[in-house]
Amino acid sequence: MILERRLIREPSFGLATKLWNISWFYVLLLCALAGVGYAALYSAAGGSPDPYASRQALRFAFGLVMMLAISVVDIRFIARLAWPVYLVSVALLVLVLRMGHVGKGAQRWIDLGGFQMQPSELAKIGLILVLASWFHRASNERVGNPLFLIPPIILVLIPVGLILKEPNLGTAVITAVVGGAVFLGAGVRWWKFALVAVLGGLAAPIAYSHLHDYQRQRITTFLNPESDPLGAGYNIIQSKIALGAGGMWGKGFLQGTQGHLNFLPEKQTDFIFTMLAEEFGLVGSLSVLGLLLLIVMGALLIGLRCRHQFGRLVAIGIAVNFFMYVFVNVAMVMGAIPVGGVPLPLVSYGGSALLTVMFGMGILMSVHVHRDVEFGEAGGD
Amino acid sequence: MKREIRRTGIYTRRALLVGAVQVGAFGVLAAKLYQMQIMQGERYATMAEANRISARMLAPARGRVLDRYGTTLAGNKLNWRAVLVAEQAENVGASLDAFARIIPLAEHERVRVERDLRRRRRFIPVTLREFLSWEEMAAIEVNAPDLPGVMVDVGTTREYPFGPALAHVVGYVAPASEQDTAEDPMLALPGIRVGRSGMEKFADTVLRGSAGSVQLEVNAVGRVIRELDRHEGTPGADLTLSIDAGLQQDVLARLGDESASAVVMDARNGEVLAMATTPSFDPSLFDSGVSTAQWLAWTSNRRAPLINKTTAGVYPPGSTFKMAVALAALESKVITPNDRVNCPGYYDLGDTRFHCWSKYGHGNQDLRGGLKNSCDVFFYEVAKRVGIDRIAATSRRLGLGADLDIELPGVRKGMVPTRDWRISQGKAWNQGDTVVSGIGQGYIQVTPLQLATYTSRLATGRIVQPHLTRSVRGVLQPGSQPSDWPTLGMPERMLAAVREGMWAVVNEQGGTATIAKLPMQGVSFAGKTGSSQVRRVTREQREHGFNSENLPWEYRPHALFVGYAPYEAPRYAVAVVVEHGNAGSAAAAPLARDIMVDTLTRDPSERRETPQRLAGGGDGSGGVR
Repeated sequence: MILERRLIREPSFGLATKLWNISWFYVLLLCALAGVGYAALYSAAGGSPDPYASRQALRFAFGLVMMLAISVVDIRFIARLAWPVYLVSVALLVLVLRMGHVGKGAQRWIDLGGFQMQPSELAKIGLILVLASWFHRASNERVGNPLFLIPPIILVLIPVGLILKEPNLGTAVITAVVGGAVFLGAGVRWWKFALVAVLGGLAAPIAYSHLHDYQRQRITTFLNPESDPLGAGYNIIQSKIALGAGGMWGKGFLQGTQGHLNFLPEKQTDFIFTMLAEEFGLVGSLSVLGLLLLIVMGALLIGLRCRHQFGRLVAIGIAVNFFMYVFVNVAMVMGAIPVGGVPLPLVSYGGSALLTVMFGMGILMSVHVHRDVEFGEAGGD
Repeated sequence: MKREIRRTGIYTRRALLVGAVQVGAFGVLAAKLYQMQIMQGERYATMAEANRISARMLAPARGRVLDRYGTTLAGNKLNWRAVLVAEQAENVGASLDAFARIIPLAEHERVRVERDLRRRRRFIPVTLREFLSWEEMAAIEVNAPDLPGVMVDVGTTREYPFGPALAHVVGYVAPASEQDTAEDPMLALPGIRVGRSGMEKFADTVLRGSAGSVQLEVNAVGRVIRELDRHEGTPGADLTLSIDAGLQQDVLARLGDESASAVVMDARNGEVLAMATTPSFDPSLFDSGVSTAQWLAWTSNRRAPLINKTTAGVYPPGSTFKMAVALAALESKVITPNDRVNCPGYYDLGDTRFHCWSKYGHGNQDLRGGLKNSCDVFFYEVAKRVGIDRIAATSRRLGLGADLDIELPGVRKGMVPTRDWRISQGKAWNQGDTVVSGIGQGYIQVTPLQLATYTSRLATGRIVQPHLTRSVRGVLQPGSQPSDWPTLGMPERMLAAVREGMWAVVNEQGGTATIAKLPMQGVSFAGKTGSSQVRRVTREQREHGFNSENLPWEYRPHALFVGYAPYEAPRYAVAVVVEHGNAGSAAAAPLARDIMVDTLTRDPSERRETPQRLAGGGDGSGGVR
């Protein structure tokens, strides 16, 4: 039965078929999310497409084309690019430390010929690809071998370490979790995760002592935001006020006072979810959360339907990556976890994040299009 | 293949688990959203409103103080001031330095400005300098490009057109203290002043008005976006005093350079027409700040310019007290107006000899003669007969040593002693104490205002209370009609006997104050002189031809005169005290006469009085009294 389904061969797998195989419903979900983002950015600019919404729409259009283009690229070809992408992203991470732009006390941005990007975003995709590639051919026996796990752990630690050094604690944690998700999908034993968790727990106090002052400040502020209402805690307090004030139905589009009177900081980027929640209330914020959940679940579903390990591992990695963005951002604006400069994907203003998300979505869609291709399976070797 | 199937199985289980964890995590986020937006939604909504809406108070204009004819005694004038708005200055320090180069700031001013800048929010103006001249304003405007954040705005300041003439009555204002602003936050508004003395202090709440409020929508930095709601405040009420500013000036001119005080009252209703005390001070200095040197000059002056001598100066009444003694005696029936006492020039009580002011004596004296000649021996004897407690009771009813209901702060009660008071001091009351009390010496101390009140009550037979408030916001206050005041309850014939004696003092040949006779037809002045010793005259001095004029200023007796006119239909009462003026007949009586002439010639019946509405019954709104 399984054999029968693996019938697709390259000659019969033309561009039209590939386009037909794209999950257009999934693309629609992404467009819907981008639409929410447009509305939010329109409001954030005080009821105007300038300066945020129109530019973001243009970027999304560009990202969409890029995603569809990547969708039809053979997944096996993408798998061969895993190492190059990974190495380039690590190189960029090194470069950003040397010559990146300093924003808010951290070097995160790099200028690539007039286009600014955060290499950490690309590094997550590179990491997912390279880990998926590593585990693709590994049998369960080999996955069970601790020595076999040492190289991929190093592959995770390199970008995580570099991102920590920027310093960007939030993205570093997300990167580690995304790497962990690929390990999980590959079938690494639970007790090994438990071991890492214990070791991590033991290392936390040591790590805390190496944290930068602003990072410690964030943790302290998180634990007690009212301790410094006009300083670092201000953002969290104002965000919570705006969110809570939305009530059931919200204050209405363009009517959010916290956002429009600038009580809400960075409302077009990190705190855009708060802006939505203030203007559209619980009904609106739950709808947006539902849409985000559909996108995450859709990515997982693509993984479940994929017939090769590489595609499955890429899908789970991208699903967890997207989920982590959403969870960290929403939990952050609700004051549930420390503030950490993580945008809401496809909604927050910013080109770099949008394009890397769409880049990842392109690879995911390629996995979906090429879910049944013959891809040198593991097992026998 | 089996391995592949197994691997797929593991993946499927784990992917489903990841999915379940993610759904759970979204569930937690949704629950948290529900908690914040629904369960705590109202609390957060309130906080959002508090963020957005800034309620600010609008300072009401302070009410004016007017005299009985509507002349402004205390008003508001425009005050141009330089303010600094920190939010609009790129560099506050640099702006301050630039300002100081144009208009030098003293060290203490700079300290105050910097303190205010630290305490207030960045968009609230901080006053740099008030009372700018035209030249200073022009200099600021010309240099505006170098002074980011510095602006000129206009406020009001208190103006006292009569200055020192009414400083003690009208009082003065000063910026609110921290204690004031703790009680009423309105007082923290720029330009608000608080009454610190006189009517400004007593009627402060009436003059102050109530603050309006404006609700403003502000953004995160506090900049005003729009006005949401506005309630105009109530300006302070105009307060019309019973004072006649013109008369006040006349009286002060009469008192001249003496350390003296005088009160002119409407005897029928207790309205104070003039209340003069010399020397005085400039009340407007308190608004802009009194220099240390000026303060020391005032406080070290032994003529006490800051003290309102009419209410806070206490003096032995001397012979002016004799009417109270006479009435106490008549009321208790120890004498009749026709009883006589022989005056040989002295009075012996046991071993002690009390002297009459005339060492030759006055011979046989009845009440009328005793008052006319101010015979001390007559009153020694009468006082002994009536006793101190009855004298004290009667004099309090007449207003001496009593709490007077006048609207001024720092009013002293004076002292009329009783037997019990002396015993409470652990001493015995001697009959000699009663005897000297009979001529207003000893422990007795009264204020000029009490003397004027006493004279009014004697003249009209009504217990009038001295007061300064005539109307508030144009509404006449109770107390302006004679019938508002109860009668003394003394038989008219007794009062008439005393008044007749007072008439004789001025108008009869040989009276002690014939100098005070009015130079007008059909209107006569009735009064009484008094000279109160500051020091006891020793026997040695007396035997060597004592003359108090040879004493140093501060040991000379005070000169007093009380009187009322017209005798025929009492209208005005006057009390004059010249500190260390020596003899009442010489120093105080001519002053009182001139003041009475001034008062009578300024009689309102010859002037156009501003129409006043009568107070409605039970109208307590804004009433001072």
